[in-house]
Amino acid sequence: MYILDVRELTKHFGGIRAIEDVSFKIKGGRIVSIIGPNGAGKTTLFNCLTGTTRSTKGSIRFKETEISKLPSHKIAELGIARTFQNIRLFSEMTTIENVMVSQHTRVRYDFLSVITRSGGFKTKERSIKEKAFEYLEFVGIEDYADTQADSLPYGSRRRLEIARALATEAHIILLDEPTAGMNPIETSEVMALIKKIQELGKTIILIEHDMKLVMGVSDRIIVLDHGVKIAEGLPDDVRNNPMVIEAYLGSETNH
Amino acid sequence: MNYEAIKKHPVLKALLISLFAAILFLPFKDIKSSTILFAIMFIFLSAVLLIKKSQVLPALPKIRWTPPHFLRAASVPSVIMVFILLPFFLKDYYLDVLIMSGIYMLLALGLNIIVGFTGLLNLGFAAFYAIGAYTYAIANTKLGLDFWTSIPLSAGIAALSGIALAIPALRLRGDYLAIVTLGFGEIVRLVLNNWDSLTNGPNGITGIARPSLFGASLDKLNTYYYLVFIFVVIAVIIIRRVECSRIGRAWISIKENEIAASSLGINTTKYKLYAFGFGTVWAGIAGILFASKMQFVSPESFTFMESVLILSMVIVGGLGNTFGAIAGAFILVLLPELLREVQSYRMLILGIALVLFMLFRPQGILGGFKSVHFRR
Repeated sequence: MYILDVRELTKHFGGIRAIEDVSFKIKGGRIVSIIGPNGAGKTTLFNCLTGTTRSTKGSIRFKETEISKLPSHKIAELGIARTFQNIRLFSEMTTIENVMVSQHTRVRYDFLSVITRSGGFKTKERSIKEKAFEYLEFVGIEDYADTQADSLPYGSRRRLEIARALATEAHIILLDEPTAGMNPIETSEVMALIKKIQELGKTIILIEHDMKLVMGVSDRIIVLDHGVKIAEGLPDDVRNNPMVIEAYLGSETNH
Repeated sequence: MNYEAIKKHPVLKALLISLFAAILFLPFKDIKSSTILFAIMFIFLSAVLLIKKSQVLPALPKIRWTPPHFLRAASVPSVIMVFILLPFFLKDYYLDVLIMSGIYMLLALGLNIIVGFTGLLNLGFAAFYAIGAYTYAIANTKLGLDFWTSIPLSAGIAALSGIALAIPALRLRGDYLAIVTLGFGEIVRLVLNNWDSLTNGPNGITGIARPSLFGASLDKLNTYYYLVFIFVVIAVIIIRRVECSRIGRAWISIKENEIAASSLGINTTKYKLYAFGFGTVWAGIAGILFASKMQFVSPESFTFMESVLILSMVIVGGLGNTFGAIAGAFILVLLPELLREVQSYRMLILGIALVLFMLFRPQGILGGFKSVHFRR
């Protein structure tokens, strides 16, 4: 069963064709990587999938719902969450508060119970906090729970973004270069984290430049070049695809 | 030498600041007193800055200082006690000043929700203050409604006009939004000034009733003081509770990073509207308290300067800090009154104090305490 079905997705910025007729399907519970040279349209694709930008044409079906015309917050509520290439934390909040924001659509109470601090409100707030703490433990930054987000070390910020995306209880997690700027040890830790997320039953779509990571974790790889999908398949197939080698991995074969 | 280098050099920094103050002072007095001011400020500031730089003294405590638990627990009740006891010691004049500062606290608390929590710059907040005041003035003098029934009316109409302004204005961001709210503030003032049949134009509305409770009129200054005080306490409790809920978190997340907030499922447009509605409620209530205290309203009380003053209170107190808004309102109402002794220089000194304050503590009085220690 496919959880995501993208058909002929196109995004133009004025005369620039950022994405052109990209179609693909993703099965639930898989890790799918999207690779391609700089400017291939990977992040734009993410933006379209999460409603951060509106696609020019084409359709995106998430489960049975057409989401290409929906606003960002509706898509998040349906169950697609993301991290950002340039980290976007709520820097004035503490680490745990960042994750508590993610429960926004999952735990609700009305205005009156906020003002009266009714029993229901307190129980719900406590459960929000406990859940947030569980997600911090899951990504391994629970020691920083009460640290202000902008004083976290770099690697922990990336982890916090992942925890925040997970805490929306999304079915699909989009990770935009989760290892950018990390050293090899940190990268392999993130790789293990991604596998752990998969074990929760989540579907993961990954943008990544680190080929070792991509080949190591991906169930499937989609290759974009100049906004066009030039290849899709298992890691081994993609690795040996001549078009991919020419467009992207070319320099790798010279070694 | 570039600006950064000047900022780091203690003597140059002192020179520039005292020169700035002296030049501002020049039109008020002769060159001689200006020079004296310059000399005193220069020597004093150089000394302070040099000592600070040489690190003779141990480093000042970090701004993110955690007060010990008993201090934190005791701070709010003791402040409340002080305010309860104050009327027994103060002259009527100071009580009057305190009542005004209570009204401004409500305004600053309300504006802090919009600017401090949600990050929407609003330069026309006095408009909602005016709407609240005039709603009561008209309801009371023309329809005979009393204070207590007018409270929901004033608050409701202020909130509705806040939302009505926000619906078109929220398509804009940042500076553009600020300009639209500024325009709205002026429109409201001009309508009040020109709609003679309803508002009596620039002459204003007189004969507004004081509130009464169980048949007894609250027209003594100290009973009125307690009335305002209770409203401020209620406002703080409600605002703190909303701040520490999913609503408050949604507001702050919008200020910090709107794209991330909406990617986590927050309907940013809806929550900005909430912020406008909930913030302007307090302006409406401040308006009715003002109208019933003065028993008179006129458009003059709701100029652009008023909006700027309220915004200054929020910024001086520390953007996004509820207790900061209280402190900011208290200081900015009290300071000009305390400076009354020096007559015409008081606005100048106030201005210089504000500039220096922002230079040395741009995050506001309570800015450093944000979220971490207070949002529990």
